[in-house]
Amino acid sequence: MREVAIVAFGQTPNRRKELHRNDAEMVAPVVAELLKGAGLSRRDVDFTCSGSSDFLAGYSFSWVMAIDALGAWPPIQESHVEGEAAWALYEAWVKMLFMDEIEVALVYGFGRQSMTSPRDVMVLMNDPYLETPLWPDAISQAALQARALLDAGLCTERDFAEIAVRNLRHAEGNPLAQLSGRPDPDELLKAPTIASPLRKHDCPPITDGACAVLLAAGDRARALCRRPAWIRGLAHRIDVQALGRRDLTHSVSARLAAEAAGAIGTPIDIAELHAPFTPQDWILQRELGIAKRTIVNPSGGIHQGNPMMATGLVRFGEVAARIIRGEADRGVAHATQGPCLQQNMVCVLEAE
Amino acid sequence: MQLNDHGESLCGQHVLQYPYRRATGPILGRFFTEIRDNGRFLGIKTSSGSVLCPPVEVDPDTLEDLSVDDLQEVGPAGCVTSWTWLSEPRPGNPVQRPFAWALIKLDGADSALLHAVDAGSESVMRTGMRVIPRFADERNGGIRDIACFVPED
Repeated sequence: MREVAIVAFGQTPNRRKELHRNDAEMVAPVVAELLKGAGLSRRDVDFTCSGSSDFLAGYSFSWVMAIDALGAWPPIQESHVEGEAAWALYEAWVKMLFMDEIEVALVYGFGRQSMTSPRDVMVLMNDPYLETPLWPDAISQAALQARALLDAGLCTERDFAEIAVRNLRHAEGNPLAQLSGRPDPDELLKAPTIASPLRKHDCPPITDGACAVLLAAGDRARALCRRPAWIRGLAHRIDVQALGRRDLTHSVSARLAAEAAGAIGTPIDIAELHAPFTPQDWILQRELGIAKRTIVNPSGGIHQGNPMMATGLVRFGEVAARIIRGEADRGVAHATQGPCLQQNMVCVLEAE
Repeated sequence: MQLNDHGESLCGQHVLQYPYRRATGPILGRFFTEIRDNGRFLGIKTSSGSVLCPPVEVDPDTLEDLSVDDLQEVGPAGCVTSWTWLSEPRPGNPVQRPFAWALIKLDGADSALLHAVDAGSESVMRTGMRVIPRFADERNGGIRDIACFVPED
């Protein structure tokens, strides 16, 4: 099978509201910088795949407009996933494994949550007969999962706060981060709950942003990058949709994806977990078998920024960038979508 | 920007909506019809012997189609298996004052239903508490025919 690597990564600053740029204008400079950094022109990209959501944009085929960012003339080989852009990376990876014509692929994702109320819009992912008509907002659904952890005696609200503190502290080293700092967990716990037991620090920020990743195969990757981040394993699995049919203290699909990707029981230097809510970070650490020595979310994780539909792909990019820079040898990137970690993707990235 | 004779800008309101109409199908159709007409809940028995409420069309273990013959009555009372207190209700929520979202395992069922519990105060809420449904005055054959659940006593 062909070897495929991430050879470059770029993202916008994570902003609460992108006032003056539309989707294409957000994506264009990220893509341009990425190609320039790799010494490529847009004609060198053999396949492009993006991830975004019409439900955030508020109109159909919203991703078509973003293609303007690519300068797609003459016509290009292109595809799109309606969802998290990590799944667009998956599509590009599968195509590269089997199609020798594709040596270089561009994957990008973008989302502007500020145009809507994300905690309400996300309810459109739920069961349209049984759940969506009640409008159980995304924070409330995550809170049901958090309560299940507390009831099972597995962790405490302080554990949730400490996950936020860890992310915020790591984000201090990230110039593109939306949130960062060194709050005292005891102070955080004095805040009122939004949907008990979740407080503001347990929830993702609302972010406008975009990111892009460059994939290359075999020797082309070696030519483009001194130290490519090779995709050693990549898998995704899905849990049943209905919250009432799952054991919310576990994420079976995350565990299965991690096993299939080869992430379990091997030494991992860094892990970037796409956990929109702090209790999900706790669940993922357990399901992915994250060891004590592994640095979790060195970028700042979800608190660094949550450009929804790009947030998961950012995790891939953050792990790859550290491998490319020589700061890590082996890392795990995780992405999710759906309520309460319904869908999970796990990737093992490694230096040569 | 264009202004009218009174110096006001011309604005058009954009309402974001995806107004799909959906058929309920044989199993959920029966589930909703029983609630609407008789205030009764149906679960569905799968090959493993577990009873799922809300019912599903496909057996999750064997992937075989289930039939209306596999439906059986559950509830109407049940137990809260997890909950959260929402101090500020969102637009469209079934209860428009502070309330709890809860996963509710109806008596005789092995899976839980998501709905609102109008408990008045967060201090009333606890996992394992018993709740009963309060049905809507006007029922249309959807999940909103259950106005909410309330504490049993």
